[in-house]
Amino acid sequence: MLIAVVSSIIFFTIVAIALTSSSTWPLVERDFFDGPTFWRYLPVIAGAFVTNIQLFLIAEILVLGLGLLVAVLRSLSGPVFFPIRLLAIAYADIFRGLPSILIIFVLGFGVPALGLPGVPGDPFFWAVVSLTLVYTAYVSEVYRAGIESIHPSQAAAARSLGLSQVQALRYVVVPQAIRRVIPPLLNDFIGLQKDTVLVSYIGVVEAFRTANIEQQAHFNFTPYLALSAIYLIITLPLTRLTDYLVSRDRRRFLAGAR
Amino acid sequence: MTAEVVRIEGLHKSFGSLEVLRGIDLAVREHEVVCLIGASGSGKSTLLRCINLLEPIDAGRVLIAGADITLPDVNENKVRRGIGIVFQAFNLFPHMSVLANVTLGPRRVLRVPQAEADRRATELLGRFGLADKREEYPDRLSGGQQQRVAIVRALAMNPELLLLDEITSALDPELVAEVLSVVRELAAGGMTMIIATHEMGFARDIANRVCFLDAGRILEEGPPDQIFSAPAEARTRQFLDRVIAAGRL
Repeated sequence: MLIAVVSSIIFFTIVAIALTSSSTWPLVERDFFDGPTFWRYLPVIAGAFVTNIQLFLIAEILVLGLGLLVAVLRSLSGPVFFPIRLLAIAYADIFRGLPSILIIFVLGFGVPALGLPGVPGDPFFWAVVSLTLVYTAYVSEVYRAGIESIHPSQAAAARSLGLSQVQALRYVVVPQAIRRVIPPLLNDFIGLQKDTVLVSYIGVVEAFRTANIEQQAHFNFTPYLALSAIYLIITLPLTRLTDYLVSRDRRRFLAGAR
Repeated sequence: MTAEVVRIEGLHKSFGSLEVLRGIDLAVREHEVVCLIGASGSGKSTLLRCINLLEPIDAGRVLIAGADITLPDVNENKVRRGIGIVFQAFNLFPHMSVLANVTLGPRRVLRVPQAEADRRATELLGRFGLADKREEYPDRLSGGQQQRVAIVRALAMNPELLLLDEITSALDPELVAEVLSVVRELAAGGMTMIIATHEMGFARDIANRVCFLDAGRILEEGPPDQIFSAPAEARTRQFLDRVIAAGRL
């Protein structure tokens, strides 16, 4: 432990000295690490980041609900449900197979341009819709993997008590499946948070757009550094939590517990 | 003469190209205990799973209290309410307490109010020496306790027929007796049961009738004394000789 700490301090000190003593460092510092610029724009960008938070919180709630619905529809067995299964499969395949930015452009620019009565033109609305559609497709697959990982004997035990297929999923299979997929769900949640910057392209003024405006006004990249700092404050703890949950699950699995 | 609880006629069941049941005929009367014996793969478990429609059948009929349950318009959820099954691997719900395991069926299927379902479940658990395990989760229980909970879970639905699918096969030898004593108690109480088992001594004790299954057919059936002491078929004798050689009878 002590050796690791000492060697880390020495290593990073050498790297820092090497970087800052190079002849181009003043240039890099001016354009990327300008202290006064950083502290001037941090509150502005943090203020705009509230929009990103709204975007991912609203989208995440929708994604968690709709993703489960799509996964459950896909797990219904029996020929009666075939068209529903087909629809769910087609949706998940198509939206996982397309770049997010493409869907954001088509929905954010294309649909309002049709000028249909009653269809909102607000870019924030279409941003939520696009992100929800893309991430519901991913999350439905996560849920489905969880549902399929529950041994069929659990559903058989539930059905043998007289529970319907939907009741067996609701009370027996899905509650166990959700526990297993919390780490991959958190991973997709982090992905969704990062992808909220993409909707800046359809005119939502959020943190990335704000940083972009400042960068172009002052020819200085420090505002992007400010946004990066804000992002890491949010995503790093989540990433660590996900890794912790994954390794805990693996330990439990190796210990032979359920 | 008591009423017929279940009647099976010409039952056939295949998994792909493997024909597991090749024409089963069997009738079980109220309060009767029928044991199914036979080698692994002879079709005992599949037969039980066909009776409560966990496996769709290919040909033949299954009648419960005189009503054909294999007709296409039959509500299988309703049929299963009246038929309890206990599995070899217990299949308790690991995310639920013992009490929640036992009350799930009564509450969600029979719509019994929670307080009433809890009261009845507590009473049943007490009857089988599990009163203090009410709030435990299944992974905190021994195999024998888990299997007794699984039996109580099936009983909580007040079934008119109980199917037991090799319920002691996954248990450590010292835990077998506590589970079998529960089954003896049920038989004494008049529960109609079909029991697939490898415990020959137990089958001999408890059964009114023993059926020897071989390659998807009931090759021979009769009172336990006749089957175990003077089997008519060579295959039955061969099977029993092997069981005796293994020290299981």
